[in-house]
Amino acid sequence: MAIKDITLGQYFPGNTAIHRLDPRTKLLFTVLYMIALFLANGVVSYAVLVAVLALCVAISKISPSVLLRSMRAVLIIILITGILNLFYTPAGPGETPLVAFWIFRIYPAGVRAAAFMILRIALLISCTFLLTYTTSPILITDALESLLGPLKKIKVPVHELAMMMSIALRFIPTLVEETDKIMSAQKARGANFDTGNLLQRAKALVPLLVPLFISAFRRADELAVAMECRCYHGGEGRTKLRQLRFARSDYLVLLLGLVLCVGIFLLGRMGV
Amino acid sequence: MDPILETRQLTHVYSPNTPFEHGALLGVDLAVYPGETLGIIGRTGSGKSTLIQHLNGLLKPTSGQVLLHGSDIWASKEATRAARFQVGLVFQYPEYQLFEETVYQDIAFGPKNMSLDKDEIDRRVREAAAFVELPEDVLQTSPFELSGGQKRRVAIAGVIAMEPSVLILDEPTAGLDPAGVERILANLQAYHNSKNATIIIVSHSMEEMARTVDRLVVIHNGAIPLQGAPGEVFAHESELENMGLGIPQITRVFHRLRAMGAEVDPSVYTVEQARRAILAALGKGAE
Repeated sequence: MAIKDITLGQYFPGNTAIHRLDPRTKLLFTVLYMIALFLANGVVSYAVLVAVLALCVAISKISPSVLLRSMRAVLIIILITGILNLFYTPAGPGETPLVAFWIFRIYPAGVRAAAFMILRIALLISCTFLLTYTTSPILITDALESLLGPLKKIKVPVHELAMMMSIALRFIPTLVEETDKIMSAQKARGANFDTGNLLQRAKALVPLLVPLFISAFRRADELAVAMECRCYHGGEGRTKLRQLRFARSDYLVLLLGLVLCVGIFLLGRMGV
Repeated sequence: MDPILETRQLTHVYSPNTPFEHGALLGVDLAVYPGETLGIIGRTGSGKSTLIQHLNGLLKPTSGQVLLHGSDIWASKEATRAARFQVGLVFQYPEYQLFEETVYQDIAFGPKNMSLDKDEIDRRVREAAAFVELPEDVLQTSPFELSGGQKRRVAIAGVIAMEPSVLILDEPTAGLDPAGVERILANLQAYHNSKNATIIIVSHSMEEMARTVDRLVVIHNGAIPLQGAPGEVFAHESELENMGLGIPQITRVFHRLRAMGAEVDPSVYTVEQARRAILAALGKGAE
């Protein structure tokens, strides 16, 4: 598998209703969804949340297999959390252990907690991936800059942070491509990146890392010069090419997000 | 004559099963014969870089075969590794892959990976440096202190030092001044002559290709619509232009002359040939 094929936080261009939403709406909705996730504590509330996500995935036309594939990166964390919950959850009132061996006891409450925890993490990861799959990184940083705007009043350099973030995001694919290229070039000279013990492998990275760092610094330098040539001087008085504007659908989605949050909270209070 | 390197129905698809899926090569049959200088031309994105990365086993074909001396380079792990050393590949802008402390060590990287003994490595490094006209005293300096053209030649020497029987270069003269271009082409010629090596040059400069290569392969949209001696290929002016490629200026002049009714041989692509063709047309013959 080439490095290029990694889909971490990648944007899949499209023109669905979800792609067209204001990025701020998507960001806020994701946050509301996450809050709802932490308020959920029963079968019904989780079912609602799964259904909401499934609906979003369906509308966005992102293939579910892509979403599942991105889950691979965090599979171990999910499994460990699940196992810990399975063993460490104390018995519910009047429960007898389902399984008991040596010092381990598994209660029905543990199974329940583990299942919910796994589901919670999986949904958490899926909803953030869905956000990055349907929103270009530039729009996400624009949205962050706009939402964090009020912090400028207390001298937080919001624009500079957003600019740094968008530059970093912008250069991830470039660096990945560069890594791929240098790796191929060194492989053509017989370099071996995937055999040998840990020390040998670490050593094998030198022919990759040295050229990569040199070119990253060169790029940074060139970019800085190019920005200065165009009189970049920070965020003061700067206007935007893409003005973010809320449409009626954005208000509707945000309202639905709030309803979801409150609904899940109430369901949680009822314990279902 | 049997080909030294051959592809059979070579197909490569990038990012399969994602929205970015696209076929870069579609059933390419290519044969490279020992001792020839072959030119591959095609515009950006035509699939030429993908093709050459298959020739030394850096990319695995989605389907089809790559044969070196008649045997599949993907038959075993050893065969793939052997292909890496027998088919040397110099990437575009190879100076960006230099990493060692001295020029000598950088050129020695390839031979070291072949697990040769010290004396042999030393011989190869010095010989490779001589091919690209690097003076002895440069060998002990840092590659990062050299000029662009020198860095490029160090990087090429790094591949030549593995003494590949097929040497592939992707745009070896891109971004160099005319003197630098001449120098690299002359260096390659020297290597070709002394080792009887097969050389494949990828480029989109028709002028440069016209006077360097014996045979031209045109690649377009992942297939090979045209191939043959430069004169034959350049006869297809309009087809080449539809593919976003041109023909050497001198050839275009002769095509135009012929269209205007002059009795000249249109398969001209160097100044020397042009001189002879004009003299022949004037009925004087070359003196």
